[in-house]
Order: sequence, then C-alpha cells, then structure tokens
Amino acid sequence: MSAASVLGWLAVVALAAGLVAGFGYAPREVVQGNVQRIMYLHLPSILAGYLSFIVAGAASVAYLVTKRLTWDRCAAAAAEIGVLFAALMIVSGSIWGRPTWGVWWTWDARLTSTAVLLLTWVAYLLLRAMVDDPDARARFAAVVGILGVAQIPIVHLSVRWWRTLHQPSTILGPGPATIDAAFKLPLALNAVAFTLLFAYFLTRRMEIARLEEEA
Amino acid sequence: MTRYARRAGIVLWKDLLTERRSKESLNALLFFSLLLLFLFEFALGPDRERLRAALPGLLWLGFVLAGLLGLGKSFMIERDNDCWEGLRLTPGDKSAIYVGKLLGNFLTMAVVEVFVLALFGLFYDVDLRPVLAPLAVVLLLGTVGLAAVGTLFAAMTAQVRARELLFPVLLLPAQVPLLLAAVSATQSLLLGRPLAEVGHWLQLLAVADLVYVVVGLLTFEFILDA
Repeated sequence: MSAASVLGWLAVVALAAGLVAGFGYAPREVVQGNVQRIMYLHLPSILAGYLSFIVAGAASVAYLVTKRLTWDRCAAAAAEIGVLFAALMIVSGSIWGRPTWGVWWTWDARLTSTAVLLLTWVAYLLLRAMVDDPDARARFAAVVGILGVAQIPIVHLSVRWWRTLHQPSTILGPGPATIDAAFKLPLALNAVAFTLLFAYFLTRRMEIARLEEEA
Repeated sequence: MTRYARRAGIVLWKDLLTERRSKESLNALLFFSLLLLFLFEFALGPDRERLRAALPGLLWLGFVLAGLLGLGKSFMIERDNDCWEGLRLTPGDKSAIYVGKLLGNFLTMAVVEVFVLALFGLFYDVDLRPVLAPLAVVLLLGTVGLAAVGTLFAAMTAQVRARELLFPVLLLPAQVPLLLAAVSATQSLLLGRPLAEVGHWLQLLAVADLVYVVVGLLTFEFILDA
C-alpha cells in the first residue's frame, strides 16, 4: 500500500471516530440542543482551511526561491483544498447560524473576514485557470499566493474593527479555552481527521497535477 | 541607492512624458469619474441626507473603480514596440521599475482623487474645506496601498489574455482591508472627529501599505521576467 493510501485510510478511520464521538460521546448542549453538534464539522474545517492556505503561501515562497515545479503543484493543490474547506466552513456556519442567530448570513467580523479569505483564494484559482504558459502561471500564482497569506492578519484586524455577533474564538482566542472536555474530544478527533484528509488530498492532487503535466 | 532612485525616476519621467503628449488615460479617467458621480446620484435619488450618509463609501468606491481602469492599463504601453523587452534588459535591480510605475500610478490616482473630491463638494453640496488636511492623510495612505497592489497586478495581467476580467478579480479582494479602513476613517473625519480618533485606522492603512509595497518590491522581477 502506498503512503498516500495509508494517509487516506487513516483519515477515514479518524473521520469515523470523529462522527461517533460527535454524535455518541459528546453530550447534548443545554442551550442550543443538537444543532450545536455542527461545531464538530465547522471548527475543524476552518482549521484545515487555514492550514491549507498557509501551506499554499509557504509553497509559493518556496517556488519563487527554488523554481522547482513541485512547489507550484503543492501551492495549487493546497489552494484548491483550502477553498474546499473554507467553503465547507461557510456552508456549515450558515446552517448553524440560521437556528441560533435567526439568519443564514450576517456581516459579522469573523464571517466577513473568512469570506474575504475565500474570495482571495478563488481569485487565485481563477488566475491559474486563465494563464496558459506554465512558467508564467507558476510565477504569477506564487505572487498572488504570497499576497493572499500576507494579507490574512490585515483583513482580520480591519474586519474586526469594522464590525464585531460571532462568539469570540473558543480555541484560539485569548485566555483559557472555555469549553468542557466532553466537547473537546470530538473536536480534537475531527481536527486530526481533517488534517489527515488535507494531507491525503494534497498528495493525491499533486500526483494528478504531475501526471497532467507529463501527459 | 542614487542609481536606484535615478532608474525609478527615469521610468516615472518616461510615463509622465508619454501621458503629457498623448493625454490618453488621464482625460478618460477624469471623464469616467464624472460619469460615476452622475451614476451615484441616479442610483441613490435626490435625497441629500441619504447621499451624504453614503458619501464616504461612494467616494472610495469611485477611487477604486477609477483605479480599476487607470491602474489596469499602466503596463499596456509597454506591450507595444517591444518595450517590455527594453524593461527586462534594464540593468540593475528590477524593482526600480516597480517603484517608478508605482509613483506614476500614485500621481495619476492623486489627480483623479482631487478632481473627484472637488466634484463631490460641488455637486453634493458638502463643505470639505475644514476636513481637507486630515482627509489628505487618509487619501495618501489609502492610495499608496491601492497603487501598490494595482501596479503589481497590472504588470501581471498585462501578459494575460483575459486581462480586463482578471485584473479586477485579483485587485478587489486585496482592496477589502484598505477600503474598510479608508471608508471608516473618512466617515469619522466627515462627521467632524479629529484625526487622532481614527489613529488605529491610519496605523492599519500604514501597515497594509508597507506589506503590499514590500511584497511588490520583492516579487516584481518574477513578474517582469515571465
């Protein structure tokens, strides 16, 4: 079995464990009820999304420094996966927001900044689709990728000052995490599962890109 | 260092001279800004209060739209007569070309902004004179960021088929933080607040400018050589 297949199966096992923990082990949340369980999908997908974009940015820098096409493929693959996870996060957030906040979408700080992040990386994918010359595509995409990561903190800060409904970050926010251990286990399991899934997608996607270029 | 500045200056001088002789883009840009002003009025209706409330946003929307047109074509003149080859063959650090183009774009945008500001004051009956000095700071910081990303993406998209489509698609997401900061700061200033009260927005604009200019300086040669 190849390394990629092993990663894939590990991801499947971790996802199954995350599902069991999320629906079976974790208690029903007192205020929101079962709807809250969407968090076990929502939060890991944004973590995986950020991971993807940071990998895409780092691979972009690596490409400009080394000019090796592997890095370009890595950046492109990571960007695609990042867009997938970020879209999953926004959709799951919308489904969670409707029963708890009463709206599908609101221009709250965190929603807006992640949406802007998603837009930036969709633009990155559009750029890749519109440039035919592989060398130019790799260079241009790398520059846009670097900007896309460099602007994350700026976007976050600007949007936070502009508007602040979303609860403050539970896991990454300042101060100790305000979450009971019973909720933490499925979160952690799913975070691991999504990271494995990211690694699996990344290796597979890079392999496909390599084969496409050779063809 | 002086050589670097001289190279940037030559690019700027060349662009200004071409523009002075052809008067191609600036005239069209100023006319476009005037058209925008009419469109805003038609879209919002004659209610003065509503217009005034929307003024800071409209102002910056106008700048960004003018920027989409003006900045996007800043590298198009290099496409003719093998000028692009000439730029590539320039000795020394290629980022000097970026600096020259950035300055040219900044100046173009500055002229457009002063023009739009005057028209807004005139047509929408807003007295901008008391806030002109603090507003100039916001304009300066907002425009540097717009021109920095715009110049970089213009050099990129000048070499792409679907240039008109790709330039706005790339530029607009990168403009979001600048737009938020500049519109919020302009809003406060127009309400008569002192400049110190929008200090955090100015800092954010300055940091964003710095990040965008530094990324531009470091990556420009990769775009030119593509």
